[in-house]
Amino acid sequence: MPKLTIDGKEIEVPKGTRLIEAAKCAGIDVPYYCYHPGLSVAGNCRMCLVEVEKTPKLQISCHIEAADGMVVRTNTEKVLKTRQHVLEFLLLNHPVDCPVCDQAGECWLQDYYMKHGLYDSRLNEDKNKKPKAVPLGPNVMLDAERCILCSRCIRFCDEVSKTSELGFINRGSHTEIAVAPGRQLDNKYSGNTVDICPVGALTDRDFRFKIRVWYLKENNSVCSGCARGCSIQVHYNLDRPHHGKGERVKRLKPRYNAQVNKWWMCDEGRYGYKSHDANRILEAVYRAPGQLKEMNGEEAIAELTAKMTSAGKKIGVLLSPQLSNEELYLAKQIFTGHLRLEDVALLSPNAEGFQDDILIRADKNPNTRGASELGLKTGQAGAVLEKAASGGLEGLIVFGQDLTACFDAGKQKKAFEKLAWSCFVGSNHHLTSEFASHVIPAATHFEKEGTFTNFEGITQKFEKVLEPLGSARAQWEILLALGKSLGMNLPYERAEDIFHELSLNVPFFKDLTYEKLNAGGEDIRAMAAPTIPSLEQYDNIL
Amino acid sequence: MEKILSRFFVPGKTFWMDEYEKDGGYEQARKVFECFTREAVIEEVKKSNLRGLGGAGFPCGMKWSFVPQNTGKPVYLVVNADEGEPGTFKDKYIIRHVPHTLLEGIIIAAYANNVHKAYVYIRGEYSGPADILERAIEEAKKKNYLGKKIFGRDYDLEVVVHRGAGAYICGEETGLLESLEGKRAYPRLKPPFPAVVGLFACPTVINNVETLSYLPAIFKGGAEWYAKLGSEKNGGMRLLCVSGHVKKPGVYELPLGIPLREVIYTHAGGIREDRKLKAVVPGGLSAAILTADEIDVGMDFDQLRAKGTMAGSGGVIVMDETTSIVEALMVTMRFYAHESCGQCSPCREGTGWVNKILNRVVGGEGRQQDIDNLLDICSFMGGTTICALADGAAMPLRSYPQKFRSEFETYIVQKKSNPLILSELHTHGVHSRGGQREFHKV
Repeated sequence: MPKLTIDGKEIEVPKGTRLIEAAKCAGIDVPYYCYHPGLSVAGNCRMCLVEVEKTPKLQISCHIEAADGMVVRTNTEKVLKTRQHVLEFLLLNHPVDCPVCDQAGECWLQDYYMKHGLYDSRLNEDKNKKPKAVPLGPNVMLDAERCILCSRCIRFCDEVSKTSELGFINRGSHTEIAVAPGRQLDNKYSGNTVDICPVGALTDRDFRFKIRVWYLKENNSVCSGCARGCSIQVHYNLDRPHHGKGERVKRLKPRYNAQVNKWWMCDEGRYGYKSHDANRILEAVYRAPGQLKEMNGEEAIAELTAKMTSAGKKIGVLLSPQLSNEELYLAKQIFTGHLRLEDVALLSPNAEGFQDDILIRADKNPNTRGASELGLKTGQAGAVLEKAASGGLEGLIVFGQDLTACFDAGKQKKAFEKLAWSCFVGSNHHLTSEFASHVIPAATHFEKEGTFTNFEGITQKFEKVLEPLGSARAQWEILLALGKSLGMNLPYERAEDIFHELSLNVPFFKDLTYEKLNAGGEDIRAMAAPTIPSLEQYDNIL
Repeated sequence: MEKILSRFFVPGKTFWMDEYEKDGGYEQARKVFECFTREAVIEEVKKSNLRGLGGAGFPCGMKWSFVPQNTGKPVYLVVNADEGEPGTFKDKYIIRHVPHTLLEGIIIAAYANNVHKAYVYIRGEYSGPADILERAIEEAKKKNYLGKKIFGRDYDLEVVVHRGAGAYICGEETGLLESLEGKRAYPRLKPPFPAVVGLFACPTVINNVETLSYLPAIFKGGAEWYAKLGSEKNGGMRLLCVSGHVKKPGVYELPLGIPLREVIYTHAGGIREDRKLKAVVPGGLSAAILTADEIDVGMDFDQLRAKGTMAGSGGVIVMDETTSIVEALMVTMRFYAHESCGQCSPCREGTGWVNKILNRVVGGEGRQQDIDNLLDICSFMGGTTICALADGAAMPLRSYPQKFRSEFETYIVQKKSNPLILSELHTHGVHSRGGQREFHKV
């Protein structure tokens, strides 16, 4: 392992480490635009120039590999002055339209100008004109004047999504990025180009002008869009309901996770947050022929308990792989453990969805693996529904999912018509919630705490980002109330208590705790200390 | 004085196979195959002090010795015939008049480096020379000097002519490789150097047309003889392209190290209308300018470097006393602004900015502080980029105002504006967006 000195600090790094990463390890920040640990090295922005002893010219630290005995200086007058002038070059033809730019507040030009620029403009000429507000695809808008031509977006489309829609046109200071003729930036990962654009050139058509980024709050979560379970950040705002039509969730961003999604997430997951605010079930409802009654939570549980007690074992329960491990564990304890029901089944989508070898999985549920590790198998939900249709069941409880995703509406209707009562516990209105005689509002997974286990067996924890809307409660809270009301002794107060119990009883989750899972959401057991995750990426490129 | 290549430069004439062979053509290639090991070829070229005549002046034999053999990958030879440096027009002469000497040089270089496929990257404007070269290749194939089992030996060599599309940056060796691979000609990060990771990620030798064309002469006359023709460590002859305000502009084949004064006054016939010499650019547009007092310098790579300029591509641009240095710099910088590939920020923005400032100065709107601004911009453009284009732009940008500062100051004070230059600006100005909007992959 090469040992080198950066700004007087001696540091040892793995062979092949770029100086910029080595500096990071030594706690030294070298500014950069074009470098991205998940992409090949372009070396075009020239922001990360540093002095390397015995080399006459300044060297870009994103490209030069650390070598034994190397002496690097990142803060000499020459370096600082050059950095300042590189910024001057980058901002030369930039419109400096920060007041109307959506990137303002998270713009690397703004940040670095304050840190490394602070020069007075010497420009006495007209700036170059380039196209503005050009839709590159359904999700991404280009402002070519703000672009610093770092080529991160181009490299992303070449190397990660492997769709190669983007390239350069023209030359010199007239260079622009553009979409290949006859194409659109419409790959399944296009939103990532906005994330990695360090400036306001690429903005998100879904997010732009919704809210200033400095009004956003953030918390960690996990995407529930498919069995990958990408680590994400939820960006939300509660104080400014006049921005963005009152939606609390403003956007999702991928969160680096070396094991699951690296720096990326797919567009379907990214833009799939609307259901947290739209079309929500807010109050418990009891529907009898010819009447509709709103109830509070306690009444709803009491009502359901009464129905269940009289139905005996003629109750079907359909659980969802969208529920957390804690919820599934609790449901299993109540329905198969305590009540010894026979017709407890796990829903699974009937049609296999799109899948690729990047992130997207065909299974659109975040916790199928968790459910299976808890002993719940898919494939029997249809039989439960058929049993209901043939009059074999008195009541049916459906958790979470719209059955329309798995069964056609006719089959559903036939089953529900035969049932004496049915209960839907979930967050959004749809056909199943319309069919059910009881509806109990549940929190979405941004409104509760819990864990999902992805298809590779990596368990991730998601935080409670938002308070539930209306009278909604987390499904584990509803299950807890139901269990207690059914006479069970369930000594849990928090989701963590359930997880602790679960980790003691289910071997797969052995030794996992919330505390461990809080650290980045990664599965600690599988972590092989990838301190500098980019290296393996470099190897692949070279 | 020796005439090695220029003796073939008969106006309107191409020496095809018959005549070239009558002159002893391809004997050296045959001799190399029959009497030399590839190591011995490299040793001979090292002894000849042959320098890279495309501009960098890197010792040719040493360059070859860096090429790793036995990597399991093929080694490619790439011939740089992009000849884009303004003021340079020697390669065109070689290919037009004596294409076979280039091919013979290619065969020798290929043998020395164990190359079985060579590419000649020729600039798009050279369509005539490219046709001539293709025809010469066909002739050589018929003679079995190229193709399968050449010279009856167990050695294949294919030469492919690849035409460029007119970008200056395609002459930068790694930009050229990118272009040859079908990509946008963005110069590559170094290391790795092309000798190790070059064309299609294989070890690659890149040589200029002129460098290779001197190889047959080296093996005919011997390395010692060739080395002695030139100056210390600068072996042999080179083709100097003299343009500008001289009585007899043209290509002159002269020994390396010849004094610049002799080039201008003895060979090129002196300054037109016997005016006073004002300045000379000695090695293509990217070389620093020399004043009339600085022309007693030997024209080789080392002596010119010692003078703060460079021998470069051998393009000698002579300016007489009627030349406006300010306008000359404006025209010069317009070129770099137009040809900067746009990859690195300092070059992309710097060349464009400098061009705008100089346009304004020449338009009569100059300010005294512009001079220092130009020099300051220049100091952050050079040495901060991937390739040498910005360094090339920085050389004139620094030297013109430094050596002719008072002329810049007077120009600005007088608010002089040259209507001829300005009208030209409007037709060729780079401040309008260039014609095509062509899509390039990186």
